Amino acid sequence: MNKPAPDRIPLIRLSGVSYRYPGADTNVIDNLDFQLYPGDRTGVMAPNGSGKTTLFYLLMGLLKPSDGLIEIFGKPAETEKDFEQIRRRIGLLFQDADDQLFSPTVLEDVAFGPLNLGKNQEEARDIAMKTLNELGLDGYENKITFKLSGGEKRLVSLATVLAMEPDVLLLDEPSTGLDEKTKARLVNVLLNLDLSYILISHETSFLYDLTDSVYTMRQGKMKRAEKIHVHPHVHPHTSHIRHHH
Amino acid sequence: MIQETFAIGDSIIHRLDPRVRVVFATLFSFLVALSDRFPTLYAAFGISVLMIIPARLDIREAGKRLKTLFWFMLLIWMVLPLTFEGDTIYRLGVFAVKRQGLVLCAQITLKAVSILLIFMALLSTMNINTLGHTLNRLSVPGKLVHLFLITYRYIFVIEEEYRRLRTAIKIRGFKSGTNLHSYKTHAYLLGMLFVRASIRAERVHEAMLCRGFHGRFYSLDGYKPSRKNRNFSIIMTAAIACLTFIEYYPI
Repeated sequence: MNKPAPDRIPLIRLSGVSYRYPGADTNVIDNLDFQLYPGDRTGVMAPNGSGKTTLFYLLMGLLKPSDGLIEIFGKPAETEKDFEQIRRRIGLLFQDADDQLFSPTVLEDVAFGPLNLGKNQEEARDIAMKTLNELGLDGYENKITFKLSGGEKRLVSLATVLAMEPDVLLLDEPSTGLDEKTKARLVNVLLNLDLSYILISHETSFLYDLTDSVYTMRQGKMKRAEKIHVHPHVHPHTSHIRHHH
Repeated sequence: MIQETFAIGDSIIHRLDPRVRVVFATLFSFLVALSDRFPTLYAAFGISVLMIIPARLDIREAGKRLKTLFWFMLLIWMVLPLTFEGDTIYRLGVFAVKRQGLVLCAQITLKAVSILLIFMALLSTMNINTLGHTLNRLSVPGKLVHLFLITYRYIFVIEEEYRRLRTAIKIRGFKSGTNLHSYKTHAYLLGMLFVRASIRAERVHEAMLCRGFHGRFYSLDGYKPSRKNRNFSIIMTAAIACLTFIEYYPI
């Protein structure tokens, strides 16, 4: 599903991208090549500190690569101006929902993006209500953001991102700290989205439910993971032996 | 906890243009703060009490907010009359109550209550984004508006982080005392809080940039220009003119 067809332009293309935090002596992202094509749902599984959040920050222009080329929507993305346009079309769901929700009420927060995109009050309100409705969050519009539960905060954060009607979603550990019920709800929402996305998670089943291909990240590089390796955990004739993966 | 109890409503004041409200609340407050004569202060107090009526504020809630001020005022009433220089009107052992101190206390109390009430009536009746948007439109520097709004939203997150840090210290058996270890621990706690707050601030700003923020706040509330704004402006201008007159041209 992730085979690069020659006639399709990748939404995101990284060629030889490296990033090193100031003062660090190794690259957290090291000579990375990666493409995301329209319709791709890519999972990234990686241990903490392996640079996955850095990768998202590079894609959003919040960090600038030390080396290499980032092309987004077929155009090189280098300056802050390029990224201002890109941020309108790529939505990033932050790991901590408290970073994302800063307005007192849910409605104001969801409408924040559309208003910044130049929508008028009525349009922004309509978009916000529609998005909340799609996520099953009717009746939440006047709730106070910081009084929501962890799961509700996550869903509202997703609403704030979706309200900008992005073409690509970047999801940074969206299932962390969610109970099973909310997680199922999130899976349901994501499965029904008609969007390309990159999903970072270290929950294997969550990742495999929601993505078509999974990469692992190690030492700043991404490697395609074999699905079989992690999926149904059956070992018919060796199950009595303790094993490691 | 930060709530916008007064922001939801549909009174005459709620429907006024927020710019008009911000401008007059500010002018009124400055005038009150700079006035010293009691007739002016009584009149100002009266005006701000009257303002509560058209804003249809919940009296009990308003009282709760005044209570915060009450404790602070109590402190002033306990300290100032005893420490101020002036004529002694009452003597209680080693303590002497000074007339000028009492006068000052009364002035401060009247001023504080009047300003708080007018802000409650005019400003707390709009939500915080509208206020930010209004300040933007009144050409208050963007950075200040930004700082103000974000402080408002995140103060509780920082408090939560403080609590978490404090718990972390407590569960490892820390007891505060007057020794170097305690001072050091408190300093670490405070330092860590600043570090965390600033990291948080960075991430929030990044999240805002990701959603197309470019330094301006927009409001979801529509305010139509109406005769009410003009009438309110006329009334407030007249009130402020009267107060100025009472203050500077005593009969």
